[in-house]
Amino acid sequence: MSNATVQVRLLDIAHTRSGDKGDTANCGVIALRPEWYPLLVRELTAERVRAHFGTLISGGVQRFELPNLDALNFLLHGALDGGGTLSMKTDAQGKVVSTAMLRLMLTVTREEAATLGLSVQHDMPGTMS
Amino acid sequence: MTRTIRVASGQGFWGDSLDAPRQQVDGGPIDYLMLDYLAEVTMSILQKQKERDPTMGYARDFIGAIESVLPGIVERGVRVIANAGGVNPVACAEALLRAIAKAGHAGAVTVGVVTGDDLLPRLDELLAAGHELTNMDTGAPLSTVRSRVLSANAYIGSTPIVEALQRGAQIVVTGRSTDTALTMAPLRFEFGWAADAWDQLAAGIVAGHILECGAQSSGGNCLHDWRTIPDLANIGYPIAEVEADGSFVVTKHPGTGGRVSVPSVTEQLVYEMGDPHAYITPDVVADFTSIHVAPDGENRVRVHGITGGPATPYLKVSIAYRAGYKAVGSLVYSWPDALEKAQLADRIMRERLDRLGLTFDQVLSEFVGANATHGHLAGDGHDAPEVQYRIGVRGDDRASVERFTREIAPLVLNGPPSVTGFAGGRPKVEEVIAYWPALIDKRVVTTTVEVMS
Repeated sequence: MSNATVQVRLLDIAHTRSGDKGDTANCGVIALRPEWYPLLVRELTAERVRAHFGTLISGGVQRFELPNLDALNFLLHGALDGGGTLSMKTDAQGKVVSTAMLRLMLTVTREEAATLGLSVQHDMPGTMS
Repeated sequence: MTRTIRVASGQGFWGDSLDAPRQQVDGGPIDYLMLDYLAEVTMSILQKQKERDPTMGYARDFIGAIESVLPGIVERGVRVIANAGGVNPVACAEALLRAIAKAGHAGAVTVGVVTGDDLLPRLDELLAAGHELTNMDTGAPLSTVRSRVLSANAYIGSTPIVEALQRGAQIVVTGRSTDTALTMAPLRFEFGWAADAWDQLAAGIVAGHILECGAQSSGGNCLHDWRTIPDLANIGYPIAEVEADGSFVVTKHPGTGGRVSVPSVTEQLVYEMGDPHAYITPDVVADFTSIHVAPDGENRVRVHGITGGPATPYLKVSIAYRAGYKAVGSLVYSWPDALEKAQLADRIMRERLDRLGLTFDQVLSEFVGANATHGHLAGDGHDAPEVQYRIGVRGDDRASVERFTREIAPLVLNGPPSVTGFAGGRPKVEEVIAYWPALIDKRVVTTTVEVMS
């Protein structure tokens, strides 16, 4: 059964903060424990984040690694309806893009989840993106 | 004994707490108080105020802030650095001197003013000389919006502020200084860091980045363990205790609320971050992947190991221009089926706009309480106790936007049931001031420092 996979919520392994630069939102994702950072680096790819946000953003996603802070920084282009003063969105400055990020689910093996002490979602229908 | 300089943050934006400056000056020992008043949109708002009244165009809250700290800064020799000057730093300094005189400290407090960031009077000369001021995001030349430009300011670095401090200013007022320069300048002045001491300068930038958003690094807006962060009603603003090598401790005054922790500081470090390898400022390019943060006792975080490299030959220019009009209105729909009612209201609204022949650059609908900030990630939202239907339009024709604002209230009697939340009346039409980021050759921007008392 060691190949069996489980779902882990990003919410349970990271904290986040987001902000804006024009029409781009930035979102920093910080591992709650240093030993969870390599899992973020491996699984939380720019492609994975791009797929998660889907139609919420119109441009691409860039990722930068900050191993010194156990953090990843994402730039989400075309996230803010033009951004700044042009935008009519409630979240015109991308302040809570950080929490939309935390809805992301990661798939890991049951073995790795046990080794890392990750809290596992039992009744989840699967990832949302 | 290592010499430490304490720089305290007392304002993270124009509109931040009125009490914070005095709390920082009177709550414990500090050497410098930095006050950041300017955001990207602030300069254009100030420019409009200056057009109406040539003695305006600066952050007026700043005068009250200084009045509240005057006894403390005079008694303890605390120096203050603020970018409150906006588009009229000289008028700001004059108003400040009047307030100082009124408080009985005339002659005792000198004020330094930094000017030269305002490029609006020189804009045509610069364009004619071949500075295209291309939009950094879209690549378009400024000539496409030249006639609609309201303000144009270069982000200037710490050098002129250092000069004002050297010339004895106790309070330094600037226009569009970078937020980080307000922290960097006193460190360069105190420690004599050379203009190419890249690692120390980068450390000054990181300290500035941690201080520039006020209490957002000391427990405010902190997601990590937010339930346990104590006494936010009395939150302590951050203080950097900096040593000559550039390493520093982030802390706050004893007896205040909030929390300075590795997670609270790290959240602020990643805020508004671009490429962490190159945090570009007029003074230095800092490498945020070199920052080390470590606990250093209760409400103390040590930050060290920072490296940086040479500054670029450019300054960033913040240009604001008129970009049409917008209005946003809302209604609240109640359970049962709140979201479906709100969605029906949206279909009616859009059909009405069509029937009226109104066209806009953008029509944006949101269903607050269901999916406004998380979109499809939020699930179906179908059993929400209430949903706020929020619709906005944006376009060049003011009359069309005005007409749109008359279409919301009728929905109360003409639309889906269980509607409330319209007490605010018709939404106001706002002029849209858009932001145009550009770069300019550093050599064409000349700053001037004046010291007055």
